[in-house]
Amino acid sequence: MTANKTYIQSFCTIQNNQISLNGDVVFSMEPSAFADFSKKAYQHFEISYPKFFKMDNLSKLAFLGAELLLKSESDSSTENNTALLLANKSSSLDTDVKYQNSIVDPEDYYPSPAVFVYTLPNICLGEISIRHQLKSENSFFIFADYNPVFMEKYSNILLETQKADKVLCGWVEYYNEDYKAFLYLVDKKGILEHNHEQLKKLYNQ
Amino acid sequence: MIKEVYITETNCITPIGFDVSANVENIGKEVSGIQLHDNPKLLNTSFYASIINDADLDLAFAKVTLANNYSRLEKMMILALEPVIKKSKVVQNERTAFVLSTTKGNVTALENENIEPAYLHKLAKTIADFFEFKTEPIVVSNACVSGVLAVSVAKRLIQSEMYDNIFIVAGDEVSKFVLSGFNSFQAMSDSPCKPYSINRNGVTLGEAVAAVLVSSYKENAKVKIIGDGSINDANHISGPSRTGEGLYRSIQSALAEAKINNDQIAYISAHGTATPFNDEMEAIALNRLGMENVPINSLKGFYGHTLGASGLLETVIGIQSMIESKLFVSLGFDVIGVSQPINIIKKNEDKDIQYFLKTASGFGGCNTAVVFEKVI
Repeated sequence: MTANKTYIQSFCTIQNNQISLNGDVVFSMEPSAFADFSKKAYQHFEISYPKFFKMDNLSKLAFLGAELLLKSESDSSTENNTALLLANKSSSLDTDVKYQNSIVDPEDYYPSPAVFVYTLPNICLGEISIRHQLKSENSFFIFADYNPVFMEKYSNILLETQKADKVLCGWVEYYNEDYKAFLYLVDKKGILEHNHEQLKKLYNQ
Repeated sequence: MIKEVYITETNCITPIGFDVSANVENIGKEVSGIQLHDNPKLLNTSFYASIINDADLDLAFAKVTLANNYSRLEKMMILALEPVIKKSKVVQNERTAFVLSTTKGNVTALENENIEPAYLHKLAKTIADFFEFKTEPIVVSNACVSGVLAVSVAKRLIQSEMYDNIFIVAGDEVSKFVLSGFNSFQAMSDSPCKPYSINRNGVTLGEAVAAVLVSSYKENAKVKIIGDGSINDANHISGPSRTGEGLYRSIQSALAEAKINNDQIAYISAHGTATPFNDEMEAIALNRLGMENVPINSLKGFYGHTLGASGLLETVIGIQSMIESKLFVSLGFDVIGVSQPINIIKKNEDKDIQYFLKTASGFGGCNTAVVFEKVI
């Protein structure tokens, strides 16, 4: 397989009540719960998408990152074949625990389909796909830690085999108010070279 | 030149057998793993499910190792993978990877408020350590397409020359967690599931583990993996697209890569969960592709829906169909209940299969299609 160079078109980090885009802080607020932070961010970026409030925290986190990176992409009326490739450590465990609490007590048994559906980590891929109308390749992986070597390799495979024109990649980790998202858009053209050293550096910024 | 990729070893642990030949023998005799269960610890009403007998599992596991600090699912996974690794004689080094596919892993640990074992990477590490893998496990968790997506992922990683051999294990367990969830969706059938039938009314859940070796080496190859696609519907998170858009595109993508025409596919091992919407969506997608006459089955009538295991389990059985030149009955089918014609396999019959297609669809709008070619 030929190893053509690929590039990071843009990147976004969400952690510690702060969102940065391409290295610049674009939103931050005083320490608060993720529910409040994500709502304020939604309002700040003037997003109009009521479904956002039905999402679980993992989906909200991934959605916000994708929103900033794909904003300019989705203006186009032509279909764009941007694949989604996300990974994390805790899968959907945050919502799993919430759901488990709803079925633990026979006297207080209230399983809800609206919660159960979010007990899968790839639901956030579905949410992003629906929002940006991406009928494209999508996959969700779990690793013990951020894995830039795998992410670089797999996104390049998608581009080289022409399964996708661009790839929205990233790490979206959420468990019990502890969160970090690092998302980026990989393209065949650009300035910032796409490789795992670069991904490691940007993740740790 | 793009590398050729093969499946060279297969195995499965299911309620109807602890190896491939026992499973195929039971499928030939139309023996299903689905039974009526009355277990308030799992669900407050009686339910149909395909569940592995604990005593059988423990007995088989004791022949592999005397260690007993493994969860039920871990035992099933070790049992499935052990003969695959042993027969393959593949050396554990940095060119050998391990892919684990699951939706819920050890979610039952949460019943005891035990968070740590419920982490999917910990489950993968436990299995990887047992077999002394040298590379970090790769966990695929993409709802009900996970098992067949894992095959696609392994093929792609080998083609990119990252690895030479990849062992895949795919498994999920019937638990209070998933039973209550599907029940809350009112998606559970009140009889053994009846894929594509007029009277189908939902899924029957099941548990199983399947394991395969995906390899760049042709020696002992059973099938060649020649095309794949995993495309999202971009339509709804808990229901399939009415037009089958993602499945349609996934199959198109897989066929285009395989460089074969839709009429060369001799058999489709479909998803067929027996929910009204899923089966209808599949019929629509296949008609859009002009594949309505290709013999098709769902193996859910034998195994129930085994979630993250299903795609790989059904691939393993599909491979056996190809090797033995046999089409297996789509158990539970009676009268066609989808709006567009499809060619359901009504009885076991002989047929030469040069190419077969495996498909799956799941929550989140995901779909996967993989095309396999017979290796002579």
